[in-house]
Amino acid sequence: MMRLADVFRYSLQAMLGHRGRTLLILLAMAIGVAAVVVLTALGEGARLYVLKQFTTLGSHLVIVLPGRSETSGGPPPMLGETPRDLTLDDALALYQSHAIGKVAPVVIGSAPVSWQAREREVLVLGTTAEMEQVRQLKLARGKFINNNDPHRGTAVCVIGHTLRKELFGNQQALGQWLRIGERRFRVIGELAQQGHSLGTDIGDLVIIPVASAQALFNTESLFRILIQAKGRDSITPAMQAAEAIISKRHDGENDITVITQDSILATFDRILTALTFAVAAIAAISLAVAGILIMNVMLIAISQRTAEIGLLKALGAPDMEVMWLFIAEAGLLSLCGGLAGLALGMGSNFLLDQAFADFSIVAPAWASLGGLSIALLTGILFGYIPAKRAARLKPVEALTRRR
Amino acid sequence: MIELAGINRNFEVGEETVHALRDINLNIDGGEYISIMGPSGSGKSTLLNMLGLLDQPNSGDYRFNGQAVNQLADEEQAKVRREHIGFVFQFFHLITRLSAADNVALPLTLAGIAPEIRHQKAEVAMQALGIADRASHRPDQLSGGQRQRVAIARAMISEPQLILADEPTGNLDRASGVDVIEALETLNQKGITLIIVTHDPELGQRARRRLKMDDGRIVGDHSP
Repeated sequence: MMRLADVFRYSLQAMLGHRGRTLLILLAMAIGVAAVVVLTALGEGARLYVLKQFTTLGSHLVIVLPGRSETSGGPPPMLGETPRDLTLDDALALYQSHAIGKVAPVVIGSAPVSWQAREREVLVLGTTAEMEQVRQLKLARGKFINNNDPHRGTAVCVIGHTLRKELFGNQQALGQWLRIGERRFRVIGELAQQGHSLGTDIGDLVIIPVASAQALFNTESLFRILIQAKGRDSITPAMQAAEAIISKRHDGENDITVITQDSILATFDRILTALTFAVAAIAAISLAVAGILIMNVMLIAISQRTAEIGLLKALGAPDMEVMWLFIAEAGLLSLCGGLAGLALGMGSNFLLDQAFADFSIVAPAWASLGGLSIALLTGILFGYIPAKRAARLKPVEALTRRR
Repeated sequence: MIELAGINRNFEVGEETVHALRDINLNIDGGEYISIMGPSGSGKSTLLNMLGLLDQPNSGDYRFNGQAVNQLADEEQAKVRREHIGFVFQFFHLITRLSAADNVALPLTLAGIAPEIRHQKAEVAMQALGIADRASHRPDQLSGGQRQRVAIARAMISEPQLILADEPTGNLDRASGVDVIEALETLNQKGITLIIVTHDPELGQRARRRLKMDDGRIVGDHSP
């Protein structure tokens, strides 16, 4: 039997002896593997980006929404049983629990905000000082609203980055009096630029004390309550406490919905991971196409090299050895193509990573290894059929053709 | 060494059956020098392929050193070819991407012989044929006569008992043809059985035993 080193040397010489064919296969394989590496890197990058966005929302976050989406049986009650509103006192009562660290009530609405002749319709967020830490907001200038008594509405506001630019341009905003709806508020702080955060443009809003917002929109009810649990382990106790406390205050009626950021996070994580796998699978199809190309090119190679095959047999190579020679050649071709593709994909990832600073593009190890091994596997698998054909060639028929 | 008994070989060409070999009976002793002559299509190449185990008879018996080789499996037939038979072809059949030395050593490479031994044997073989200085050249850098001598070096490298040459001078001018034939005859003088298929009567006359074929039959068997 032929030595392994000789098998590879022979295959390598065959590859170098047919450069055009070799380059064609290398290119097909390289594109396939590079596609896997780049696409999974993009999918993985998107996943990490979304997860990062979520964590900038604040950690250990529990959100209390009014109302409960569930179906209950029985005939309709005599009195209309609409869910009770969440009130500011409901929110403050949550401090009874040891699991709950900070509570930020939220009232939300839209109102025209004007300064001198400029007016802009923006989101108005009524909350308390705790919001700064719960949502991890960063200030560019000034300070956050800081009211000792949440029930008292003071006439101060913190404005977002975009709003400041639109209303004030290059002028000083701190200390100026804004008109929001029919009321006047003094600007005491400006938010730093943090971009979009899960659908809410925190650049284009104005934050005022919760009581001021309730007065502005003439409502007692809260849009939601944000809770920061004391730690990761306190998230579940905090949820249970929130349900218990509020249901007690609502005459035993469990009419709120409590969700955690982690559950949303987990869902997104699952969706995006599935997406990455799907994209990787699509890219793997291009590898299968490359495999079919290998098969075709190897079949052509064998019809061009029948004389060589006949010669090998005349010189005493059994069928199996001829088969192994051609399988080794296909395997070597796809391995080289795969390595070239890996280099190409990683190079592209590096460039993309440089181009998009806040979007990390690095292929996960499983994708690189998987791409390479699928390349090798398809090469050998699709190389098998031509190799089998080569092995079955009759030496006489192979030799009598002129070269 | 070789005993052929009742060998028949048919080819299906379209609807017709061509009888390439009809009832061939032939005994060959070790060390013989045989030429096979005859018109095109008389079956001489088919006979040579049969002797070299490159083709299988439809019926009949082929014994090589007493062993019934036409019933062996592919693996064992390959082994017989590898160890006992060398081939020289009209179209040389060198692998163009390999150097002359690598072409010469190819049978040993296929047999899994270590590189040092291969190189040494290839050098000796090429020296004997006067082409040692061409070792690193590729076949397309060699003349026809040199190519055929590379092929002969390849045929003798595994020290076979039998060399089969199919029109070895068919693609060469007269002078290189004579060179090649003399190289083959030198091998025969060392005891290797030599069988040459040729069209050329002058070459055919050089052999001690001359077979004549026509229409798949041996019609003449002359030994002086």
